[in-house]
Amino acid sequence: MKAIRNLFDNIRPDFEKGGRLHFLHSTFEAFESLLFVPKTVTTGGCHVRDAIDLKRTMTVVITALMPALLFGIWNVGFQHYLSINHEVDFWSIFLYGLGKVLPMLAVSYIVGLGIEFAAAQMRGHEVNEGFLVSGMLIPMVMPPDVPLWMLALATAFAVIIGKEVFGGTGMNIFNPALLARAFVFFSYPSHISGDAIWISGLSGGAGVIDGFSGATPLAKAVAGHLPFSAMEVEKMFWGFIPGSIGETSTAAILLGAALLILTGVGSLRIMLAVAAGGYLTGLLFNLIGANAYMNIPAYQHLVMGGFAFGAVFMATDPVTASQTKSGKWIYGFLIGVMAIMIRALNPAYPEGMMLAILFMNAFAPLIDHCVVQVNIAKRLKRAKGKF
Amino acid sequence: MQQTIKLKKGLDIKLRGLPERVLPKCPPPLSYAIKPTDFHGLTPKMLLEAGSAVKAGTPIFCDKYNPEILFASPVSGTLQAVNRGERRAILEAVITPDGKNESKPFTPPDLAKASRSEVAEFMLAAGVWPFLVQRPYGVFANPQVTPKAIFISGFDTAPLAADTDYLVNGEGAPFQKGVDALKRLTAGKVHLSLCAGYPANNTFERAKGVEVHRFSGPHPAGNVGVQIHHIDPINKGDVVWTIAPQHVVALGKLFADGVYDVSKVVALVGPEVKKPRYYRMVAGASLSGLAEFINDGGEHKRVISGNVLTGAKVDINGYLGFYDNEVTVIPEGDCYETLGWLMPRFKKLSMSRSYFSWLTPNRQYSLNTNLNGGQRAFVVTGQYERVLPMDILPVYLIKAIMAGDVERMEKLGIYEVVEEDLALCEFVCTSKVKVQQLLRKGIDLMRAEVG
Repeated sequence: MKAIRNLFDNIRPDFEKGGRLHFLHSTFEAFESLLFVPKTVTTGGCHVRDAIDLKRTMTVVITALMPALLFGIWNVGFQHYLSINHEVDFWSIFLYGLGKVLPMLAVSYIVGLGIEFAAAQMRGHEVNEGFLVSGMLIPMVMPPDVPLWMLALATAFAVIIGKEVFGGTGMNIFNPALLARAFVFFSYPSHISGDAIWISGLSGGAGVIDGFSGATPLAKAVAGHLPFSAMEVEKMFWGFIPGSIGETSTAAILLGAALLILTGVGSLRIMLAVAAGGYLTGLLFNLIGANAYMNIPAYQHLVMGGFAFGAVFMATDPVTASQTKSGKWIYGFLIGVMAIMIRALNPAYPEGMMLAILFMNAFAPLIDHCVVQVNIAKRLKRAKGKF
Repeated sequence: MQQTIKLKKGLDIKLRGLPERVLPKCPPPLSYAIKPTDFHGLTPKMLLEAGSAVKAGTPIFCDKYNPEILFASPVSGTLQAVNRGERRAILEAVITPDGKNESKPFTPPDLAKASRSEVAEFMLAAGVWPFLVQRPYGVFANPQVTPKAIFISGFDTAPLAADTDYLVNGEGAPFQKGVDALKRLTAGKVHLSLCAGYPANNTFERAKGVEVHRFSGPHPAGNVGVQIHHIDPINKGDVVWTIAPQHVVALGKLFADGVYDVSKVVALVGPEVKKPRYYRMVAGASLSGLAEFINDGGEHKRVISGNVLTGAKVDINGYLGFYDNEVTVIPEGDCYETLGWLMPRFKKLSMSRSYFSWLTPNRQYSLNTNLNGGQRAFVVTGQYERVLPMDILPVYLIKAIMAGDVERMEKLGIYEVVEEDLALCEFVCTSKVKVQQLLRKGIDLMRAEVG
């Protein structure tokens, strides 16, 4: 480490103001601070600071994503070999999935971080760690066969239009990863909807066994293949179903949720509120029962599709969620309500989680505004009571 | 028995180097200084020239815009030098003591008979007016205003804070006299807040004419601003004053004996102090005499007049602050840490449970001054709220200050807070936002725009 430290100290002058590589100073700073916590000391105000920083926070989120990602990689392979009816060992399955997911991760990180670095450079800021998480989330919310160029385009759109135009991480209104998904969803709908695209290799059709359907449980529900058997529900919970790479296993997602809650990095309040909103809406629809979808037992909604993944990793994004305590309850609850409403009432979209979260992202500032107004009103009332 | 006000939010930062309750002698300081930078909102105007002989209580400078507010020499001796900084701003007026420590004689009015204005005029003339700090804004009090109440905090919860009970031990009579004087200044009550956990020193427990309140909870429960918020919050247009217990004692001595005596018990604390103890010192005393009590290797230490959250960085040859009751010495953190954000960091404290310090709540830490990360935009939410036991939305207040929106600052409660109340928000901030500096900027803007 000493040698690397010396190397950084030696090349530093080139990146400082007036140096020949000054235009790369943000890049230099990003790599240096990744390897070494800077020696910056406090000036004015508090003399000591908490050990937490954004790098640590983001590391926790990435760790929490690991179970879902690893399971997703395996499941990509598993679903593929299931569709062509081959029995192979664990490592073949995993390696097939890795061959699919790794390039997607690489594309997402290279494109996203490239833009982030350039933007930080232009602004003269330090590179924000936010994309370390977004870059992992983007492939995880995509179907396994999405073309890499499409992924690159979606990532670029999400980072530039979704984030940098607002001023970078911390200033964005919409969750960048969901924005990338929405971009593909509305620009190339054939690549992210239907029955064939959720299993790698299925749309190509080579070797697929006759009559094999790649339909997700959501699609089956829309088509009226209901009710789900207990075994199907169990499969949904463990995640042995087709779907976006990271979303299928509720169990793996809950493992991640446990870490987020334990460390306090993810908001338990939002997760609970989303689950409550979804569950209660499901119950309400059970009472109405106007179509087949409405009759799905409420708890099954929570393990289907992207509900759990959205609740744990997307709705809790602190930048795009409500920021006040009571706001978080309202925000989360409405996401749950909206997601199930879109699922049950809109025949065009079997899944509602993405749109529900993006929609509530837009409304989060309004919710916070109301909460802040309540605080202001209380203070005014207190002042008036005096005279 | 009055009710205890229980506060839940906050954070006790446990550092190594708590002071032992002994009061050894320390070498007499070779110089003293009175620093305009200790007083918010002061524009000093010198009243004496360098070389003048002074006594304790002799006014050295006044506020340019309120010339009746005088700032006095802490000891007798000679005004040695007036050190100036950028644009000739006065940084410190240095006094060389003559060793006699004589006070200028004052003739106190009889508190039973004197009118409020006589009491106030006497305090102004004796140079003790800056003891009184006004809320909102945390500036020295305006003599033209009658405050709705006066608040005293009888305990300090800040990291390694001097034990207030120990500071006032045996000063019952002057404390009572001081309280009597304060009662003449306000139309309302004099509030004294004590810690609910243990019986306070007799000086506090036997004080008469004060309204006692008991608080429990972690820091900042001992902050007078937090206490005011729970006792009688400051609304727009309200003015209250606060005063520290040792200044009540000094005030009492002035009214009892006619002397200007700003000596006080001060704790020398922190992980870099050989034997953390209390010393009797005079406000403004040079700290150089304390150098021998501090660990060797001077350049990698930070000497702070005050506590680690709100104190001022001073040189070891610097001077004790006017309002400070402790001198804290901690290690500097100007070193690189390899992959620090990835490491378990057992020796670092964090409120976040992404490190392990939450498993050892009673461990004492030796924190250094490293920022532990880079400055970022606000990302993580809900952090500030966990350490602020007030009905205030701190992030929204800070954002209003960043935007320079005076009306919104007022609506969000800027009248109720000063830097020390939001200091913990700054400590826990993931994005390393300079909360205290921003808050002062906001307060200064309020004073300029609203007054």
